[in-house]
Amino acid sequence: MTDRPRASTAELAIETHALTKTFGKQTAVNNIDLAVPRGSVFGFLGPNGSGKTTTIRVLLGLASATSGEVNVLGEELPGRLAQVLPHVGALIEGPGFYPFLSGTANLLRLDSADRFVTSSTRRKRVDDALERVGLTHAANKKVKAYSLGMKQRLGIANALLTPRDLIVLDEPTNGLDPQGTREVRHLVRSLTAEGTTVFVSSHLLAEIEQMCTHAAVMRAGSLVAQGSLDDLRRAGQTRVRVLTPDDLGAEEVLRSLGLVPDHRESIGDGDVTLTAPLMDDRAPDAIVAALVAAGVRVRGFSVEGSTLEDLFVALTGEGFDVVQ
Amino acid sequence: MSSDLSQGPTEADSSTPDSAAAGVTAPLSGTLRAKPTAGWALMGSELSVLFRRRRTWVMLIALAAIPILIAVAVRISSAGSTPGRGPAFLSQITNNGLFVGLVALIICIPLFLPLTIGVVAGDTIAGEASSGTLRYLLVAPVGRGRLLLVKFVAAVAFVIAGTLVIVIAGALIGAALFPVGPVTLLSGDTVSLGEAGVRGLLIAAYVIVSLLGLTAIGLFISTLTDIPVGAMAATVVISIIAQVLDSLPQLDWLHPWLFSHYWLNFADLLRQPIDWSSFGSNALLQLAYVAVFGALAYGRFSTKDVLS
Ligand SMILES: Nc1ncnc2c1ncn2[C@@H]1O[C@H](COP(=O)(O)OP(=O)(O)OP(=O)(O)O)[C@@H](O)[C@H]1O
Ligand SMILES: [Mg+2]
Repeated sequence: MTDRPRASTAELAIETHALTKTFGKQTAVNNIDLAVPRGSVFGFLGPNGSGKTTTIRVLLGLASATSGEVNVLGEELPGRLAQVLPHVGALIEGPGFYPFLSGTANLLRLDSADRFVTSSTRRKRVDDALERVGLTHAANKKVKAYSLGMKQRLGIANALLTPRDLIVLDEPTNGLDPQGTREVRHLVRSLTAEGTTVFVSSHLLAEIEQMCTHAAVMRAGSLVAQGSLDDLRRAGQTRVRVLTPDDLGAEEVLRSLGLVPDHRESIGDGDVTLTAPLMDDRAPDAIVAALVAAGVRVRGFSVEGSTLEDLFVALTGEGFDVVQ
Repeated sequence: MSSDLSQGPTEADSSTPDSAAAGVTAPLSGTLRAKPTAGWALMGSELSVLFRRRRTWVMLIALAAIPILIAVAVRISSAGSTPGRGPAFLSQITNNGLFVGLVALIICIPLFLPLTIGVVAGDTIAGEASSGTLRYLLVAPVGRGRLLLVKFVAAVAFVIAGTLVIVIAGALIGAALFPVGPVTLLSGDTVSLGEAGVRGLLIAAYVIVSLLGLTAIGLFISTLTDIPVGAMAATVVISIIAQVLDSLPQLDWLHPWLFSHYWLNFADLLRQPIDWSSFGSNALLQLAYVAVFGALAYGRFSTKDVLS
């Protein structure tokens, strides 16, 4: 098998330069430079309407970029799309199936569209993929009788029909029950163990935090952060939290140390928690000492690293409304 | 979901560093073939999906019902039929049941056949788009040109099925309800039953060829929208407009260019010897329509953003 279609190696499974996609006047994706390392599990985060699915469509050649360069598995798109796609499996914006066909028949059909796979193994591969997503018992049911989560599982099975170098999953856990969600995590892990790069979009931060090695954050079409998960966490703010009944005194001390409390929450019994971003040059123990010296009754004190959620909210804003 | 790794049979040879050093890499995908297959699997799948749909069967049954209705109606009222009224050959049915299929074809050509073709051809791409399967076919990857070709061939297969259903249902019901015998042609010659069957198939072939242009138009319209019903309706409307234009004598310069112009001109196939000229000019015209609208469909579809 030396002359099968190849995607050349590069360190990056996906690489874009100044990728922009506009719909009429609206810019859905604005000048983004993605760099997805090979072998990584790459979380693609962003609020609703931030351009995740649009980016994925461009990466898969479904939509053309308005400007910019796209490289997938070391090949230039859209020119080398036909060489790249056999190595890519995808779930894009929810599953899409023929409602009047069974789960098995749907997968057989989609697999037969792929000219680069052997038809002799088709049936087995379909059965294996169905088993992998736990649909064996519903395999012969018509898809119109599937529940939301069953359709989602079938969509994931479709991405797993053949071993791929890159698997793109757009919100894979949408509609899945807790077991299904957990199995998706296992699945992603087993895929990376096989050497597959997994590019997964989501807004479930806990999900991403548990399964990804790298992440990027989109906001209103722009890429606002990207890197390994550790780097991203480090970029976030560390915070101190003080639990005290003397909140006014505590605030005064914190301010005198250059810390600005930005969150105050009364938790009953006269106790209040104050939180403030921690500056790098302030040692936490010095803060406690200063508080105690000022006669503030400290009932609790903690230093908290930032979670992905803090970072996400910091980068994409508190507002609930979709941008644009 | 079981998390065991039962993926493909061969993965051991994946992505070895030495092949990367050789300038090419071994992708992981162990089941990928050396060369792409010819793609017959998709053609088979397309036909099986088309002919497994209930909608397809409903349309074929409706087409089969037309000769049956005609035959039964003629049979019931055979005493009072007035020659000269109704479609050509209607009055011949009582003498020879073989004419049922012919009369049914003449009745179906202006409306019923274009209607069913509009449904099938209009659904080709727009239907995949609306069910969300288009994006999965494209990333499978199917190749946009190949998908169009497969869709067109499947639509033509439906045209063939629809036409044959009318002819065969007509012949069967005609034989059941009326006497069947040697057929007198328009030229006055009489041909045997077998020869008459061949003529019937020739006419069916003529009708199938006649409808290729409309099929290509439907395919093109289907690439313009994600709403299948819209594409179906537009295709049917265009077939009606073409026939209306064809009936306006003021536009006679346009008539030879209308895809519907030769739809009913198969009388020459009922002469001895057969005059092939109308078959030829019809085939040429339809071929031109297929070329033009096939190219338009490809031009549109190959650059289209698939956002469904
Ligand atoms: N077909 C389209 N025509 C016009 N605008 C579109 C189209 N598809 C998407 N958009 C716009 O592009 C922007 C990005 O949409 P996209 O679907 O990529 O968001 P997303 O990040 O995937 O959101 P979600 O988390 O809700 O899935 C949105 O503002 C959306 O309105
Ligand atoms: Mg989306």
